[in-house]
Amino acid sequence: MSSPQALPRWADVFLMPVLNLAIAMAAAAVVVLFVGQNPREVMAVLVHGAFGTARGLSYTLYYATSFIFTGLAVAVAFHGGLFNIGAEGQATLGGLGTGLVAMWLSQRLPAPILLPLMLLGGALFGMAWAAVPAYLQAYRGSHVVITTIMFNFLASTLLVYLLVNHLKQAGGMAIESAPFGPAAHLPGMHEALAWLGIEWPSSPLNISLFLALLAAVGVYALLWHSRAGYRLRAVGSSEGAAAYAGINPKHQVIIAMGLSGALAGMVGMNEIAGVNGKLLLDFVGGAGFTGIAAAVMGRNHPFGIVMASVLFGALFQGGAEVSFEVPGFSRDMVVMLQGFIVLFSGAMAYVIAPWVSRVIQWFGRRSRTARDGDPVKLPEATHG
Amino acid sequence: MDDLFIGALIASTLRVATPLILCAMAGLLVERAGVVDIGLEGKMLFAAFAAGASGAAFGSTSLALLFAMGASVLLSWLHGFACVSHRGDQVVSGVAINILAAGLTVVLSLAWFHQGGQTPSLGNGVRLQALWPGAAVVLQGIPLIGAFVGPVIGDGLLSHNILVYVSLLLVAAVWWTLYRTRFGLRLRAVGENPHMVDAAGVSVVGLRYAALTLNGLLCGLAGSYLVLAQSAAFAPNMTAGRGFMALAAMIFGNWRPVPALLACLLFGFLDAVAIRLQGVSLPGIGEVPVQAVQALPYLLTVILLAGFIGKPAAPRALARPYLKER
Repeated sequence: MSSPQALPRWADVFLMPVLNLAIAMAAAAVVVLFVGQNPREVMAVLVHGAFGTARGLSYTLYYATSFIFTGLAVAVAFHGGLFNIGAEGQATLGGLGTGLVAMWLSQRLPAPILLPLMLLGGALFGMAWAAVPAYLQAYRGSHVVITTIMFNFLASTLLVYLLVNHLKQAGGMAIESAPFGPAAHLPGMHEALAWLGIEWPSSPLNISLFLALLAAVGVYALLWHSRAGYRLRAVGSSEGAAAYAGINPKHQVIIAMGLSGALAGMVGMNEIAGVNGKLLLDFVGGAGFTGIAAAVMGRNHPFGIVMASVLFGALFQGGAEVSFEVPGFSRDMVVMLQGFIVLFSGAMAYVIAPWVSRVIQWFGRRSRTARDGDPVKLPEATHG
Repeated sequence: MDDLFIGALIASTLRVATPLILCAMAGLLVERAGVVDIGLEGKMLFAAFAAGASGAAFGSTSLALLFAMGASVLLSWLHGFACVSHRGDQVVSGVAINILAAGLTVVLSLAWFHQGGQTPSLGNGVRLQALWPGAAVVLQGIPLIGAFVGPVIGDGLLSHNILVYVSLLLVAAVWWTLYRTRFGLRLRAVGENPHMVDAAGVSVVGLRYAALTLNGLLCGLAGSYLVLAQSAAFAPNMTAGRGFMALAAMIFGNWRPVPALLACLLFGFLDAVAIRLQGVSLPGIGEVPVQAVQALPYLLTVILLAGFIGKPAAPRALARPYLKER
């Protein structure tokens, strides 16, 4: 366990995440075995449930949509050097913003004008909710991790208060608003595909998936191909150096968190505008925390986050399917696996690095000694 | 406000505050040693499950306590392994522990007890009982002051189980350890300047693991309180944010034991008041929404952190992994 050895780039970017994911899966498989289930059978049902049918795939992508938004939110803040645990609260406020615009204008405006306004409302509410912890971090020195945790609780209490006391449908029993007008409905994927003449089963999947993918591309372009993104990453990697180069770190903190909150706020387009058509409690359902897992696993890169979100979407959908098929299995197994993934891919990401590095070096030596002999197997092939 | 009301208010303040106090002391010990603990919630939840499961399986209070403390110490060590030994991100590790505990407890509970994630109810023999159940009646018998002392002292202060009093004693113990022992001095030093501690020949890693072990024991007590005293069984996600409220109380108390205790009591009091304020109109203010009172602990903590009440004094080396220079 001597000095930490640098891994080659391909190993750091591809091999390590795959290995860590494998360890997390193995840990979960041990628990599955321990409670008397067959991990193979569970896995087979899970994969079939998540990808085997058009309907299953739609649900997988529907879950993934929210995770992409929150995952991107966590990543943007991370590149600015901040840990945003508040995506859950920002998404709650985003849904509130989306919902308020819909309640106010859904009878008056046509969909092509209303839907962008709802998106804007959600993004602005999410942004504002993140801006307060950002301001406190930048100008008052309070730590953003703690304030965003507090703001998660404040967001959920605020939503309960508003729904119970002001926004609840008069005379209704459930704590939810009256349904929005039809103009506030974001088309489902089956509706969108039907316009193109493609038949697709009905599911909660809606065209906010495209919005999420667009956001991923946008985040990539912003962070790595724009000056604003460069400034943000500069502050994230070295505040002092950035300040010396004439970048104001305080402004970047506000910008990073504001963007982060806006991205999280877009969850409302999927859940409120796309699926529920009314404002209700708990529509975020932990997506803010799964977003942390997706960002951790996707190495805070938009491409990785989209991949990780699809994986988590598959786990949620497949997990639901397994809980129908296999007695004694519950979706909490998926939550547990998510915990293992954050643990092994995040907190313990480099625990195995010294061993991996040693194995790679060993293969390197062997390929050098056997240079002009027969070709030597590459390490990827053994771990793939 | 009559005496009965005051007594009930004091009693429920203490009841709500007890797990907060235990968790806040747990968080305080590790954070003063320089390790961030977002995972209080998860450790408490896991301990609650361990207490519920072992209590149901063995029917013994002491075994339930032992398993609860053991389970959360293991999670503390996991946190230590990831963050102290391998210098992983302390916040990520805490988040992982919370998510893991939320899932794993329900999975195990379903597999072992088949009751929708709950554990079977514990009998009165396993649950913790009030230490002096007759105190209120006895005190009421005192002439002149009995009508006041009975409900207020008897019901309010003396109607509790042993863990309530233990939690208060532990605050004193934590204070004494931190400020009056060599171990405490080193613990505080390692949270402020680990290099200095290392230069003095004391193990930084050893001290942080010691703090984590104590942290696990205290979280274990907090979790078992929920199962052995508050309700009679484990239920999924039964901690319901208490770990985070304890974290808030610890920060509100500026990482010091006695102010943290006061913060826990304040938050407990707010909770007790929130339930009783439902639908009551206060003179001059009108009806206060329950949610406003429930949000107050978090709001106060944010305001304190922003430096509007006093000056927050977080340990200087908090969240910084220690890398020994070679």
